[in-house]
Amino acid sequence: MNFLLALLLTGRLQAAATAGPQSGGELRFAIQAEPRSLDPHLVSDEPSGIARLLSGGSLVRIDHVTQKPEPELARSWKVEAGGRRIVFQLREGVSFSNGTPFTAEDVAFTLRRLADPNLHSSVADGFRSSSGAAQAEVLGKYSVAVRFPSATPNSERLFDVVTIVSAAAPTDPRAVLGPFFLEEHKAGSYLLYKRNPHYWKKDGLGRPLPYLASVRVEIQRNREMELMKYRRGELNLIQNLDPESFRRLSAEPKGGAIDLGVSLDSEMIWFNQVASAPLPDYKKAWFTSRDFRLAVSEAINRGDIARIIYKGHATPAPGPVSPANLQWYLSALRPPPRSPQAALERLRKAGFSLTGGVLRDSGGHPVEFSIITNAGNRNRERMASLIQQDLSGLGIKVNVTTLDFPSLIERIGKTWQYEACLLGVIISDLDPNAQMNLWMSSSSTHQWNPGQKKPATPWEAEIDRLMQAQSQEPNALRRKAAFDRVQQIVVDQAPFVYLVYTNSLVAISPAVRNVRPGVMRPSAIWNIEQLALDEAAR
Amino acid sequence: MTQPLQRLALAFLGLMALGAAGADWLAPAPYDLQNREALGEPPSSKAPLGTDELGRDRLSRLLHGSRVSLVLAPTAALISVFAAAALGALGGCLGGRWERAVASAADLTLSLPGLFLLLALRSVLPLNASAWLSLAATFTLLGLLGWAAPARVVLASIRRLRDSDFVLAARARGVAEWRILAVHLVPNVRPILAAQFLVAVPAFILAEANLGMLGLGVPESMPSWGNLLRELEGQPEALTRPLERPELFAPALLLIAAVLCFQALAGARTESST
Repeated sequence: MNFLLALLLTGRLQAAATAGPQSGGELRFAIQAEPRSLDPHLVSDEPSGIARLLSGGSLVRIDHVTQKPEPELARSWKVEAGGRRIVFQLREGVSFSNGTPFTAEDVAFTLRRLADPNLHSSVADGFRSSSGAAQAEVLGKYSVAVRFPSATPNSERLFDVVTIVSAAAPTDPRAVLGPFFLEEHKAGSYLLYKRNPHYWKKDGLGRPLPYLASVRVEIQRNREMELMKYRRGELNLIQNLDPESFRRLSAEPKGGAIDLGVSLDSEMIWFNQVASAPLPDYKKAWFTSRDFRLAVSEAINRGDIARIIYKGHATPAPGPVSPANLQWYLSALRPPPRSPQAALERLRKAGFSLTGGVLRDSGGHPVEFSIITNAGNRNRERMASLIQQDLSGLGIKVNVTTLDFPSLIERIGKTWQYEACLLGVIISDLDPNAQMNLWMSSSSTHQWNPGQKKPATPWEAEIDRLMQAQSQEPNALRRKAAFDRVQQIVVDQAPFVYLVYTNSLVAISPAVRNVRPGVMRPSAIWNIEQLALDEAAR
Repeated sequence: MTQPLQRLALAFLGLMALGAAGADWLAPAPYDLQNREALGEPPSSKAPLGTDELGRDRLSRLLHGSRVSLVLAPTAALISVFAAAALGALGGCLGGRWERAVASAADLTLSLPGLFLLLALRSVLPLNASAWLSLAATFTLLGLLGWAAPARVVLASIRRLRDSDFVLAARARGVAEWRILAVHLVPNVRPILAAQFLVAVPAFILAEANLGMLGLGVPESMPSWGNLLRELEGQPEALTRPLERPELFAPALLLIAAVLCFQALAGARTESST
């Protein structure tokens, strides 16, 4: 299937190459929310990330298909001092969109800006550690070294999200190194980007890139409206389609729906294991019991979730890393086979008993808990419904409660007033270092039991140690081994009960050329400078 | 408004109420039972309205879902009309600053963002609260928020009646104020209250439907007209070719029919009271 998809995509690329991409035209697509910030160093949400991608230039870019770093504004790089230092050789003759030249001073300025604590940049997290922040040193007009406070494996990958800004005009939207600059922004309505006349990249025939004259990003919260506009030809592509829209577009001859296969994103539930949570002690005992969590995991029919909720566009998930993450996926992991009998047996051994269709713990308490999820997300609500029926087979009563997002975040992040939560995780960075906040027991986003002063369990202590070790290990094989072990522990202990990896579904109009969609987000426009529209579309 | 239409509306509402009350016996299957091998099945003798996307029997869900709308919406309407009657009568009878206070409170209530209050209520309810408790709380709040509009009508009516000849005559004869209220004013505003009740019921039915569409109505897997309507979400082909899958429109048709019936009754009541 993947081979066929690759052939089809290659075919599309080749056809485009022989026809020769035409310059000009306006690409249109939608995002679902206003970008929280147009400052490329303050990106914390997907819309802001798209704004950064359109106008930002970086030293290195991760190819969304191969998932490997490719040189951009840096011609080459060299990692030195056991991963503590990286030296970049920059491209010469590159200018910002306002015509000012790009030099190593701009890179050094960018790093200094990121390190400024007053900026509160989450992009800078990868460049800081307890022993300090990364420092840039200008070695020449086109050579710059970055020194990290400790060994930082795969440090070049960090620079994919670091937009180089002009030292002379750091916040000027017309002084950018990306393929487009922001021409117009109408809040709540659209962002209009125009071609950067000074963009450095050229195509294979020596013609300047980008091909497109402009990109219009509409802010469209209503996915139905987005689909309607796409069908009318008012939008050229849709990223992150839901399975129902995908089904509808697939039935249309020029729908352009493409299933890119398993994405990096997953859906999961977890139980509240916070010791100070306002829950009865007997419920805390259930939720901290490995057997209870594993029994729940064994009772859930992941295959039905993939088949019914995602119409087959999802895969049962065993652990935190999906097969789409080519470097870090642990293929030995398998989702637990669905077995209510095995789950009941496990619960019996753990002191639970099933009497009169009701599961009770050793203290005689009927097992009943609530699952919260965000209101308005149809797939999650229906997933919760399936889980409700699956667990009723064990005599467990599940109450499903949908909450508006702020209330949900308040409960899972502040008040701990919840029992179980069903949410998804969107992975935008492949490296495990980007997940330190999730796995370290001391972190405030260690979701099942955040902010621990010392690890509550031996297995969490082991995860802490392994994550620390891999973050400072320059040897790739040893890093992989450490993170594999983390994945194995997570599956064995089930602090997160992973349900499915969702597929990456996109719709791309046949008028759009040179698309190389990849499962990393944004999947269809990551190589925006290469995209072109055919004559008819323009 | 003709009598036969009113009778027809009453008969239809009675039929729906009977169906909702007898859902436990009439429903072909439990409303939450998922048959995962029969997803989105068309109508058949076994499932007269087919099955939904999780394989649940649509007719059973529709019958059980009618309970929510037909029991809780009138209850909420009763709450709002009683509150409106009490506050309207208070302001109307006492007049002066009391009247101004009730009018201002009504204005204030009308300006409150009801949806946010409902969201706030939902966020403070215990997570393991039963579906019925959560619904009762939601509809009670809807009822409490809904008093302002009918209260204005009651206030205006009482004000008009307060200065009418028969009330002035009663007052001149030394009849006590409470007796004037009980004997002269309340019987005169009763038809208005009945009309307000009948206007409020469909408004609350629609409010539940709107909350259901937002995913903030009845919790899974209990059905209601609101969350049953969500099945139409993302199916525009069903809207453009409604005859292909008419069973999908059953909750919408029932909702429209119920709203029209209540409005027909309200219209008749308003005409008779004027």
